[in-house]
Amino acid sequence: MNRLVKTVSDWLDRRTGIETAVRNFLYEDIPASSGWHQVFGSIAVFLFMVQAFTGALLAFNYAPTPGDSYNSLRYILTELTGGRLIRGLHHWGASMMIVVVFLHMLQVFLYGAYKKPREATWMVGVVLLLLTLAYGLTGYLLPWDNRAYWGTVVATQIAAKAPLLGPYLSRLLGGEGAVGVVTFARFFGLHVLLLPPATTLLIVLHVYLVRKHGVAPGPGDEARPMKKFYPEQVFKDTVAIFVAFVILFVLALVARVPLERLADPTDTSYIPRPDWYFLFLFQILRLFEGPLEIIGSVVLPGLAVLALFLVPFVDRGRMVRVTKRTFAWSVAGLAAVGWAGLTLAAVATTPAPANPVEIDFSEPTDWMQLSPQEMAGIGYFRRENCAACHTVGEGGNKIGPDLTTRSIRKSGAWLIEHFKRPAAMVPGSSMPPIQLSDAQLNSLAAFLLKLTPRNASALQNAPDFAVEGALLYQQNNCGACHMVNGVGMKVGPPLNGLAKRRTAQWVERHFREPQVMSPRTIMPAYRFSQPEMQNMIGYLFALPE
Amino acid sequence: MVFRTAEPESPQLTTRRSFYVRAINAMWAAITAALAAPALIYLLLPPKLRKESEWVEAGDISKLQPNVPTELVFRKNRIDGWRVISEKTTTWAVKLGGNEVVAFGPQCTHLGCAYHWEAEKSQFICPCHTSIFSIDGKVVSGPAPRPLDRFETKIENNKLLLGALHETVEPGE
Repeated sequence: MNRLVKTVSDWLDRRTGIETAVRNFLYEDIPASSGWHQVFGSIAVFLFMVQAFTGALLAFNYAPTPGDSYNSLRYILTELTGGRLIRGLHHWGASMMIVVVFLHMLQVFLYGAYKKPREATWMVGVVLLLLTLAYGLTGYLLPWDNRAYWGTVVATQIAAKAPLLGPYLSRLLGGEGAVGVVTFARFFGLHVLLLPPATTLLIVLHVYLVRKHGVAPGPGDEARPMKKFYPEQVFKDTVAIFVAFVILFVLALVARVPLERLADPTDTSYIPRPDWYFLFLFQILRLFEGPLEIIGSVVLPGLAVLALFLVPFVDRGRMVRVTKRTFAWSVAGLAAVGWAGLTLAAVATTPAPANPVEIDFSEPTDWMQLSPQEMAGIGYFRRENCAACHTVGEGGNKIGPDLTTRSIRKSGAWLIEHFKRPAAMVPGSSMPPIQLSDAQLNSLAAFLLKLTPRNASALQNAPDFAVEGALLYQQNNCGACHMVNGVGMKVGPPLNGLAKRRTAQWVERHFREPQVMSPRTIMPAYRFSQPEMQNMIGYLFALPE
Repeated sequence: MVFRTAEPESPQLTTRRSFYVRAINAMWAAITAALAAPALIYLLLPPKLRKESEWVEAGDISKLQPNVPTELVFRKNRIDGWRVISEKTTTWAVKLGGNEVVAFGPQCTHLGCAYHWEAEKSQFICPCHTSIFSIDGKVVSGPAPRPLDRFETKIENNKLLLGALHETVEPGE
């Protein structure tokens, strides 16, 4: 067996020289002082390969268009075994790669390993750092959830503000006007078609330069005999890679990466934030307002990148021991403190979500948490007598399917088509078409999409006055100015917590004579009947704070 | 890639060296396995969708003449990855002796071409490789490996309802 392996590998080596090449690579001489501090570059390359691998796997089940991308990612997460793990590896791998690339750069900086003749190696490294950040920026959009959408809106707006180049950059990123299909296609193209080969090429160049000049020796290394790269240093690199991989794997298994709601350009309550590694940039931007904004958005980041490029030309002294490089340590320390301070400030000033009480409106536990539209859906559900044929979570044996397990798997569009032409969507269905307007069917679908076996009875317990109030709220389109449970606009005040702020008499009079109660308000008067008024106020006062 | 340990130096060095080599190979094997296993599971296991055997209405059987296969066109929902699509599909339905209605899958069992009924010859003929099937779906000649596939059928109020498509096993051979 061994002889066969040897024959084959000898044959291959004579034809291709592969074994000799690998040998030459592994039996490279490295300075005596080499050791654990030089493992970060290898980890970075390893993580890049993990990203390429998991990225390709995700692409096998991903539709790169807005909307569909969200659905396909949800399919990966919920329908495919191991999908959540693969996405977790890709998500956390990205964060980890940024950390590791930074550590690698920090080590080279602190040791002064960028000095002559290794300036080019350093500069290629800076470009690789920028590419790594570019992956983060472009990949952020690809899930097409609210986080992705709003984060990218901010990013493209910043690019648009660059002096001179702004409009061109904005056009290049497809962000002119609004973030939409073009931006998405550009980001996807960059993320999977342009950046990976560029990164691969630069990594090869980077490693070639490292090999050409040899690993940077420390002071005093000239006097000591060289070591071999293999196996001792390879062992150290491998241990470091292994530890990094275990951390990554555990993160991917344990820390669930959220997929938020589908991107909603009309969602005025969303607070956009970039991923953690861009928070410091985001915070710098806030320190400069008005005409000075350009300093935070372009000048400072530009200068920082320029400074990084120039490091080897500024510091040209001889090699000294890493512990004696006080200036380098101070610079790195200051940068770390500044970065941490900005990031913490950004985190601290991120306002809590619109509602101070943490209620997960995406999976309501009680009817009070439904949006007015969904509440109105309960009204239509009752008027159309849906429960005559459908069970709603309580078991039993009715002719139609249980709505708590079925409807939540379908999309709103599917449900609405089904309401209009039941048999077209579920052939053989004996359900009669529902004779309601599109807006009303939307309400009904919105309610059904929120139904789960757990909340079915709580949602159905919604009292009539609240349902009638919500129907009235929808019919009068109150959501065009007001927000309830995080849904609607903020032209007028949000209505959660109204009971705390006003009395019922005040609200009633406000409906009839808005200008009397709050001068200069643009709210029109509403002449509700007495029962309508009671339902409306009862509903608004029942909302959670 | 597995590398053999190089020329021995001293016994002590050799043991440390072979420890390194073995550790390196073991760690890379573990990493490869931890990446390959989820990848294979992710790619090879079917999606976790619940199987819904929905009955699809294919048409009215009162129009079917005995022993005259008729092509029925109907719409059917199919789960396509992350979408549910409604697509047009067909079946060759035939009322065989008595009141038994058989609905054949629309594809030849050889390589999936669409076959059709030739009334003059009273045979199903596939235009691709000239597989020929009799009215009850049995292979008469040609390369087809098995009889035509059949839908599960159910009749309610003269409407033909179709269920899953099954391969027909050649009876008693």
